[in-house]
Amino acid sequence: MTAQGGRITLAHGAGGPAMRELIRSVFLDQVSDREALALGDGAALPFGERWLVLTTDAHVVAPLFFPGGDIGRLAVCGVVNDLAMMGACDALALTSSVIVEEGFEIEQLARIQASMRQACEQAGTRVLSGDTKVMHRGELDGLVLSTSGIGVADRIVRDSGLQPGDALVVSGTLGDHGLAVLSARHGLGLEGELRSDVAPLNGLVRAALRAAGSALHAMKDPTRGGVTGALVEMAEKAGVAVLLDEAALPLSAPARAAAELLGIDPLSVANEGKALFGVHPDALAELLAALRAHPLGERAACIGRVAPGPAGSVLLDTGFGTRRLIERDDAPLPRIC
Amino acid sequence: MTAPIEFRDVARGRALQAQLDQLLAAHARPITLLHVCGSHEQAIARYGLRARFPANLRVQMGPGCPVCVTDAPEIDACVALAERGLRILTYGDMLRVPGQRSSLAAARARGARVEVIYSPTQAVEIARASAEPVVFFATGFETTAVATAAVLLAEPPPQLYVLAAHKWVPAAMDVVARSPDSEIEGYLAAGHAATITGYGLFESFVREHDKPVVVAGFEPLDILAGLVLLVERVIAGQAELCNAFPRCVSRDGNRRALAALWRVFALEDGEWRGIARVPGGELRLRPEFAAHDARLRFAAELQEGRREAPAASAGAAPCRCGSIMLGKLTPSDCALFGRECRPEAPVGACMVSTEGACRIWYENGERRLQELRT
Repeated sequence: MTAQGGRITLAHGAGGPAMRELIRSVFLDQVSDREALALGDGAALPFGERWLVLTTDAHVVAPLFFPGGDIGRLAVCGVVNDLAMMGACDALALTSSVIVEEGFEIEQLARIQASMRQACEQAGTRVLSGDTKVMHRGELDGLVLSTSGIGVADRIVRDSGLQPGDALVVSGTLGDHGLAVLSARHGLGLEGELRSDVAPLNGLVRAALRAAGSALHAMKDPTRGGVTGALVEMAEKAGVAVLLDEAALPLSAPARAAAELLGIDPLSVANEGKALFGVHPDALAELLAALRAHPLGERAACIGRVAPGPAGSVLLDTGFGTRRLIERDDAPLPRIC
Repeated sequence: MTAPIEFRDVARGRALQAQLDQLLAAHARPITLLHVCGSHEQAIARYGLRARFPANLRVQMGPGCPVCVTDAPEIDACVALAERGLRILTYGDMLRVPGQRSSLAAARARGARVEVIYSPTQAVEIARASAEPVVFFATGFETTAVATAAVLLAEPPPQLYVLAAHKWVPAAMDVVARSPDSEIEGYLAAGHAATITGYGLFESFVREHDKPVVVAGFEPLDILAGLVLLVERVIAGQAELCNAFPRCVSRDGNRRALAALWRVFALEDGEWRGIARVPGGELRLRPEFAAHDARLRFAAELQEGRREAPAASAGAAPCRCGSIMLGKLTPSDCALFGRECRPEAPVGACMVSTEGACRIWYENGERRLQELRT
């Protein structure tokens, strides 16, 4: 895919196979560091008895303000959640770089900043360092926001940790963010109750880790690429197959309606406030109880399990039959008819 | 919201699947059926239905993808207008469909103004706000043609020009049925199109081709129930027309929509990609709508564009889109499928559109599911 004319295409940023191939062939070329090669949500560094976890994330979203959130909240939650997915629920501090287009309204920037501050309060963290760059009008579409974060963990959980027999749990309804942003971006007038789920998950993950302990084998947040992308990556890294039960997938009523109407698979679009867990079946009940007791986990559900099958495959039992879920290299578009 | 969707009741689905199993177990030969709609194929793939079809039941997709059958010269015409600086509005699926020279997406990358819209009313709004002419590339079957007709009948702004490439599916079904080596014994007709046209439309098809037709909807139970009816007719040798979608489809269809359709469009012979000439397969604007007909208003530009287009090529030789759209092959019969031809680098039109058989099979892992079983 990198050979495709030797130029970057949108597929290289879609979070799917093309992006991973680009990372492998360009960014990890000549790299031998195992922690970097793990391609996790963050990197874990031993620090005394504990671990320091480091992560970074760049954010572009159109529109900058969408139902349920904005780019500022997204940038804080993205980093806090990447740390939490490694087990680092205490986000010590964040940094923030903003690259902004000449002519951008300062009032909007202030709104984004206020939203970042609010998200930080919710996550119990703060931005301690930042950088600002301005580019000529037309050299950038509005704003790019990049955040980094550092957190501490007692135990590192990885997205590669799925084990045979594990139950798969998701912390709540699927597809809300992707569908809300898609609807806002394309002016589909579906916003109504359809809202992004963007939220910091460190409190929820802390409760999950307390409840399930070492039986919690793997975590990942299904952001870009959706649940399908996240599970394909988890299954590939662990060398296992995953079987989902479609009837068990939690969907909000507005997301279900929007997905039906637009012909978009809610498993293929981004979530910004959900986590996937692989857990030993013995601890499943405790994990679900702990998640459901948290305001962000009320609709947590067991959606499938690690099952026999070819490594890296994610299968969906629809009740009528079975199909394999395939990662995408492009952003889903609403259908023609 | 936990209300179950009645037409996705798994227990009833299992019962219909058992009925299909019984019917085909008692029938020694294989049976090949054709549906004519990307939405049917999407539902079959989406619910994994094919994985549970009896081994001697083949359900193929015919020319049911409006994007796929839009012919390369039609794309070239739109590209020609785009390259001459005209503002083009089109459905998103059309962007990457290859013409003989270029796709609209490639033209856009070179600086042409091509915008994606989701309905003809959006085209009207954009045209109304525009000081210059706006060209709406109107593609799709009779279902979308009705929507185009509706806006043309509602006093659209003079800046709106329609480059119509709408197609009439029943004409292509005739071509498929006349195809000399066709093995198709029964047809599943598209419920949404029949909502407009009425199921009565297929009476002459059944008589002429002596094959059963069942009109079916798009929920998994609709499709399974339609297949049971169709298989029963095939086994009994009854060339009959059945409506398995009575909650939406009547004999006469939507008379107002049909009246609008035929006030605006007339049938002409047309070229369908992969099938070649389809008599009466094209919906062309009637002369009364000449003031909005991009083919007339921009005739000189289109003529110039045609001179630039290379002579018709046979297409990429190993691409089997044509045979796939005729229901003779499935995507996995094509050597390019999933290898050289993928959604991010499509060779044939069937891999471009989300309504195309190859794209649907690829994205729903049909081929890989088959690999899983072997």
